[in-house]
Amino acid sequence: MKLRLTVNGEPREIGEVGADESLLTVLRDSLGLTGTKNACEQGECGSCSVYLDGGLVCSCLVPAGQAEGADVGTVEGLAGYRDLDPVQEAFAQAGAIQCGFCTPGLVMAVHDLLRRVPDPSDGQIREALAGNLCRCTGYQKIISAVRLAAGRVNGHHGY
Amino acid sequence: MHFLQPTSWDEALEARAELPGGLPVAGGTDVMVDLNFRRCHPAALIDLGRVPGLGEVSADGGWLRIGAAATYEHLMTALRHDFPALALAARTVGSPQIRHRGTIGGNLGTASPAGDAHPPLLAAGADVEVASQSGIRRIAIADFFTGPKRNAMAPDELISAVHVPRASGPQQFAKVGTRNAMVIAVCSLALALHPDRRRVGTGIGSAGPVPLAAAEAERFLEGVLGEDGLWERPRPLGEAVRGRFADLVASAARPVDDVRGSAAYRVHALRVLAGRVLDWTWADYLAAGPRHEAPAGRGVAG
Repeated sequence: MKLRLTVNGEPREIGEVGADESLLTVLRDSLGLTGTKNACEQGECGSCSVYLDGGLVCSCLVPAGQAEGADVGTVEGLAGYRDLDPVQEAFAQAGAIQCGFCTPGLVMAVHDLLRRVPDPSDGQIREALAGNLCRCTGYQKIISAVRLAAGRVNGHHGY
Repeated sequence: MHFLQPTSWDEALEARAELPGGLPVAGGTDVMVDLNFRRCHPAALIDLGRVPGLGEVSADGGWLRIGAAATYEHLMTALRHDFPALALAARTVGSPQIRHRGTIGGNLGTASPAGDAHPPLLAAGADVEVASQSGIRRIAIADFFTGPKRNAMAPDELISAVHVPRASGPQQFAKVGTRNAMVIAVCSLALALHPDRRRVGTGIGSAGPVPLAAAEAERFLEGVLGEDGLWERPRPLGEAVRGRFADLVASAARPVDDVRGSAAYRVHALRVLAGRVLDWTWADYLAAGPRHEAPAGRGVAG
């Protein structure tokens, strides 16, 4: 089947998509947007997190056909032409990156958290990031990055 | 394989009737795992995501109607007062990403003994509304689960909603797992007090081939609360009541050893959970204070 959707603000059309394909394979294999990572394919790790019509989802669990006409936002869409998103900047500055594989999914999850809860408590941070695994176990610095990003988002423009 | 996107309920029922090998999908959080791992090969996916209103929650007198496509994220807030056990259970499902997509209808369709929505539905005495082109029927939740990942639905039926009495008293849900998030329950337990009809409801998850009610524990607690006038004039429950209730809950389980836990551990954990949910529920009931002799049907703030 054919699929039309908006990705990071741009209308995209994919000529042939399988009925059992996921949104994740469309993003990575058809559109070349490999920032969204493929790991567990069962919604456990969060490394494929993207926005689907404004809500955070595991793209590996979204049948591609359900994204027909949808507005999808990936990690590639967060940064501007020159500047990183404040969440991405905070991850870099806090050293919240080791192997980097989980980073795009975590950045998306933190971006989503700070849109909903601009000044999250530690409990809220932990609950919001519970679906994103870091196999390097660098969670302390990730939580520091969330606090850093929250301060910046609140201090400047907000989401 | 086909991908069908009905845009009305009638179209969805038609697709279901014409393609008995088709697999209905809403949030995809169970279906896509099976597809990604090539564990199932349905003739078609029937996407219910475009059926208008399928995720709505509404109240009609003393009953709630929870649309099949209502997500856990929605239930966490929408049911806080009218069905707190399910609101609590919804919050323990997966992660924010999963709760944003996963639906109560999907949980019932999958019919896993570990499904987090099932114990609260048992404790509350819910009915599952299923529909086909020949009509609508309501299946009592106790009759809905027929085996591990099997339910009482016919191949041409779709789950349309869940009906449940609005809470007239406190309810609780507790779950044991290796983490607080992203876990399939090792075991779980829901408890609901129904002071309007002087009944107690329970639901045990992940400790039997199907989700189970602990009927003897329910009757025991109803007996204690009824004989001692505790529905009207609640007083602290003694250790003996707590212990007996916990034993009866544990003895209702029919667990097996599996990768998530041993049968013996599940029985032990259920005994612990039963004591705790009774403590929490009764503390809520005590905090609401004494009640006058209530005519049947009158609610008590939970």
